[in-house]
Amino acid sequence: MSKILVCISNVPDTTTKITFTDNNTQFNTNGVQFILNPYDEIALARAIELTDGGKGSVTVINVGEANTEATIRKALAIGAADAVRINARPQDAWYVAYQIAEYVKANPFDLILTGRESIDYNGSKVAGMLGELLDIPSVSIIKKLDATDSEATVEREIEGGKEVLTIPFPFVAGCAEGVAEPKIPNMRGIMSARTKPLTVVEAVEVQTLSQIISYETPPPRGQVNLVPAEDPAKLVDLLHTQARVI
Amino acid sequence: MSVLIYAENAAGKFKKSTFEAVSYAKAIAAQNNTNLIAISIGDVANEELAALGKYGAEKVLNVSNEKLKNFINQAYASVIAEAAKANGADIVVLSNSFSGRGLAPRLGVKLQAGVADGAVALPEQNGGKLTVKKTAFSGKAFATVELTSANKVIALTPNSYKVVEGGSAAPVEVFNAEAKASDFKEMIKDIVRSTDKVSLPDAEIVVSAGRGMKGPENWGMIEELANLLGAATACSKPVSDAGWRPHEEHVGQTGIAVSPNLYIAIGISGAIQHLAGISSSKVIVVINKDAEAPFFKVADYGIVGDAFEVLPKLIAAVKEYKASA
Repeated sequence: MSKILVCISNVPDTTTKITFTDNNTQFNTNGVQFILNPYDEIALARAIELTDGGKGSVTVINVGEANTEATIRKALAIGAADAVRINARPQDAWYVAYQIAEYVKANPFDLILTGRESIDYNGSKVAGMLGELLDIPSVSIIKKLDATDSEATVEREIEGGKEVLTIPFPFVAGCAEGVAEPKIPNMRGIMSARTKPLTVVEAVEVQTLSQIISYETPPPRGQVNLVPAEDPAKLVDLLHTQARVI
Repeated sequence: MSVLIYAENAAGKFKKSTFEAVSYAKAIAAQNNTNLIAISIGDVANEELAALGKYGAEKVLNVSNEKLKNFINQAYASVIAEAAKANGADIVVLSNSFSGRGLAPRLGVKLQAGVADGAVALPEQNGGKLTVKKTAFSGKAFATVELTSANKVIALTPNSYKVVEGGSAAPVEVFNAEAKASDFKEMIKDIVRSTDKVSLPDAEIVVSAGRGMKGPENWGMIEELANLLGAATACSKPVSDAGWRPHEEHVGQTGIAVSPNLYIAIGISGAIQHLAGISSSKVIVVINKDAEAPFFKVADYGIVGDAFEVLPKLIAAVKEYKASA
C-alpha cells in the first residue's frame, strides 16, 4: 500500500457547552475552541503507523473554509505529509462526500480512512457515501486495521460481538477506538507542519439533500432523589414502583 | 409510493431494535397513507419473517441465498436499493445499528436520498419535505433535519421508539436480487458473538462503572449486578484508556452513545464528555462517594456512598426483589 487519504473534520472541543443563536437555528460558535475530530485523530494515527518507515504517504483532506487551517496544520504536525482543503462550508454529509469523491477520482488513493463519526452532528455517513460514490467497499465502524501490500484485515464491531473481514485495496473505513492511540505532535512535527504543502481546491457545485433547520437542548432533569447509602433496597423499590424501569 | 423497512437479523433472529424500526416505519406509512413493506436478507425462518406483520409490515420480502448469508455492506445496500425501486418505496427506514450506519449512506447515494441517521422521533411531513429530530453534539443537543430530496432514508436510534404490536402475520415473498460481483470484495473470515452478553447499544438497562472501582479486579460486582438486571456493562473513558475494560464498553462523547431506560453509573464523576453519551437515558441512577460529583446534577436517583459498601447491599436487594417478583 502506498497512498492513504485521511478525511478530517473540524469540530467543537469535547468540553464545549452547546448553545444556539438566531431563535435556535444556528450553533453558537462564540468562544468555542475547535479541534481535530477525535475519531479522525485515531484514523490519522493508524495511517501514520501503516506508512511508517517509508512504506507510503498520508494525505489529509478537509472540506472547510480558511478557518479550519489550524486543525489541518495539527494533522500535518502529527505526521501527515501533505494536506488538501476543499474551500467550502461543509453542508450535509452528501455534499462533503461528493467533494472528497471528486478529488479522489482525479487523485486516487489505496486506502481512505475517516473517523467513525464526527462528534458535532454525529453523522457516520461520509465513509459509506464515499464508498458508494467511488464504487469501492466501505466498512462503517472498525476497531482494528492491519494491512499487507494487497489487502487489509479489519475487525468490525457488530451487536454483541465482532466480525473479521479481509478487504482488497482500495476501500474506505470509519475508524473507532482501538484502531490506534492518537499521537501527540512533537516540536519537530509542529515546526515542519508550517512548511508542508497545503493545497486549496475550489469546491464543485452540487445540490445538498438535507439541511438542519433548528436545534434544541434536552429538557433539564428534576432534582436528584437521594436514597440513604445503608438502604439500597429503597432504591430497588423506587426503580420498580416509581420509575417502573425494573 | 410506499415505505420500505430493512429488517436486520442477528444470527437468524430479529432483535428488539428491528421491531422498533418496523413499528416506527409503520407509523410513517400511516402518516403517508401508504403501505409498509419489510425486506429481510440472510437466513431467517419463514415463521420469524411472517411475524414482522405483528409490528405493521404488510408484506415481507425475503432475500435468502448463500452469497448473501452474511452481511456485506456493499451487496446488502444494492439489494435494498433494488427492492426500494421495484416497490416504489420513496422512504427507506432502518435501524441506526452498526450495520445500519454502513448501509444508510450507501442507500442515500444509490437512491439520491437525503439521510437522517440517529433519528429519535417520528418525522413531520411538510409537503414533499420531511423533518426528523436526531441527536447532535453527542447527545448534548438535538437537531431537526429537513430532507429535501424526493427519496429519503431514515436510520432510527435503538430504544428511541416503542415497539407497537397489533397486526397479524404478513405474507412472505421471495425477492430475487442480483447484487453484482463487484459488490462482494469483502471476505468474512470470522464472526465472534458473545451470546451471553447484552449488546450495549440495544440494552434497556446499562450498569456502568468508572475509576471509583479502583481496578479491573473489582468488576465482578458490576457484572453480577448487570447479570441480575439483564443489563449490559459499560465504563467511562479513563477505565477503557487504562485497559481495565475493552474499548467497546466505553460510553461517552468519544465512545458509544446509549439511550437505555435505566443507566446506573457507579464511581463515575460525570465529566461533560461522559454525560454527552448518556443524556438520552430515561432514568439515571448515580452511586458515588463524592456528594459534589457533577453526575448527581443529572441523576434521577442517587446514593452518596462508597461503591464497595453500597454494591453488595444493592446486589442483595436486587436478588431479594427478583425472588419476590
